Amino acid sequence: MKVRFLSAGDRALVVEFGDRIERALSDDVLRLDASLRSSRLPGVVETVPTFRSLMVHYDPVATTCADLERAIASLLDRPPDPRATTTLWRVPVCYEGSFAPDLGEVAKRTGLAPSEVVARHSGTRYHVYMLGFLPGFPYMGDLPHELALPRRADPRLRVPAGSVSIATTLTAIYPYESPGGWHLIGVTPIRLFDPARPRPALLEPGDKVQFEPIDPVSFASIRKAVESGQYEVAKEPISR
Amino acid sequence: MSAGLKVLAPGLHTTVQDLGRPGYQAIGVPVSGALDGVSLRLANALVGNPPGTPALEILMSGPTFEVAADTVRVALAGAGTSLAIGPEKARVVAGQSATLPGGEVIEVVVGRQSACCYLAVEGGITVPLVLGSASTYVRAAIGGLDGRALRRSDFVPLATARASHRAELRLSSPIAATGDQPIRVVLGPQQEYFIEEAVAAFLGAEFRISQSADRMGMRLDGPFLQHRHGWDIVSDAIMTGAIQVPGSGQPILLLADHQTTGGYPKIATVISADLPVVGRRRPGDALRFAPVTVETAEQLCRTEERRLAELVAALEPVRAGHALDLGSLYDGNLISGVVSGVE
Repeated sequence: MKVRFLSAGDRALVVEFGDRIERALSDDVLRLDASLRSSRLPGVVETVPTFRSLMVHYDPVATTCADLERAIASLLDRPPDPRATTTLWRVPVCYEGSFAPDLGEVAKRTGLAPSEVVARHSGTRYHVYMLGFLPGFPYMGDLPHELALPRRADPRLRVPAGSVSIATTLTAIYPYESPGGWHLIGVTPIRLFDPARPRPALLEPGDKVQFEPIDPVSFASIRKAVESGQYEVAKEPISR
Repeated sequence: MSAGLKVLAPGLHTTVQDLGRPGYQAIGVPVSGALDGVSLRLANALVGNPPGTPALEILMSGPTFEVAADTVRVALAGAGTSLAIGPEKARVVAGQSATLPGGEVIEVVVGRQSACCYLAVEGGITVPLVLGSASTYVRAAIGGLDGRALRRSDFVPLATARASHRAELRLSSPIAATGDQPIRVVLGPQQEYFIEEAVAAFLGAEFRISQSADRMGMRLDGPFLQHRHGWDIVSDAIMTGAIQVPGSGQPILLLADHQTTGGYPKIATVISADLPVVGRRRPGDALRFAPVTVETAEQLCRTEERRLAELVAALEPVRAGHALDLGSLYDGNLISGVVSGVE
């Protein structure tokens, strides 16, 4: 497999598979990530998968960039594991009223009825490409092409936690209140990130996500269950 | 009551930091930790702590504490900084431990030599670990004291209520100012996104740290760095020390709390041996960059680790008459005229 090794200083090596957002590239990145994690090479501190590259953090006291490149090159030659599985998460989202401040504008700009925007957004199974920006912030795709819009010209200073958003070919959920430039079309009552959980980020790179529309009444009851620790997000194992 | 330091004045941005929380960048959690890990480790060594024990990182202006314990042993590390103790403001310079009695007031005095310094306490600060680390990451409100910088009237909890009985320690030579030597970088990972003249300007010119500087990064003022074809890249991961250049052509040097991923090309990455040096630089300070190869940078990292181990091994007991042990000094009514001789 053809990759480029790029140095990011003396403690990180980038294995670059390409320069596009593309499922095939992501699958290659995540496959190398999995084999690096299982092979436990000496000196590797952690790995960070992105759309099109894997960053390998290392300790130069224990290994060198040159040794790592050789070890990674041999891992890349391994055939993919056909039995590899992942997790499909069913994430409840309220797309109604004040939960969806940009739904009207998205509908207008895409020429679709608001209900059609929701049907398309919730009718697609998404791939979690990577996390970044904030703890637990998942970049998911691909959005149905009719919904693709550039980011907002005027980013908001405060996007509420749980906001489900779209921009370009991607959809994401804001785990924390934060500034943000994506179009907000719904809110999920679940908690995306909680450092006290054994698995702090609900969604991890390589997971699949399906959004399930809920009304404001179910939103309130799920939120209540989440706050009392009584809610579990529905999930099932599926093949990659 | 449990032991602690009561915050009388918080300083500009004082946070609990250790050596960070590696291992969670894949889920978007920055490593955080001390901007100047060398000074954190020295401060800890001076009070007899393991190197990554949680301590206080003090940025730009110093906090004031009241000791709420029987006795505490503290040490400060950071060039040009000192502790002013009690109403007499008896000085304990950085690089030396001191034991103080309950009720004593400690003011951290920072000069213009370093942007950051570290106050370590024997036994360490006992905040709950989040993802294996006490480091404060304010943006997501995790770690430290409620995930935020110290405020007036906070109580910084300490592991031990009484300092151990032993001699105070100091560095065998005082902490020197860092100077203005060039910061060494490895070019890339995206230097090819810049025209040749931009790479030459980056390595040849002087930059200045702007006022927009915090634990996430520092914006640098200097020559416009021209991209070759636009400034958007498909997001990839960011290493601490990466120097990214957005469309403004003005670089941003990313520090401990930086986002784990980003979509701007990175012209170069500061080598790990020089990251603590960058952490000490203040807004308004000049920065120059000098390129080294990855192999050289890895070698420099190992050399720096050895140098630090030697510094710790060479810590020496403070000679009688130079120790500031206010606990015993008060007992002996000897407080007047106690000023450390090493400044």
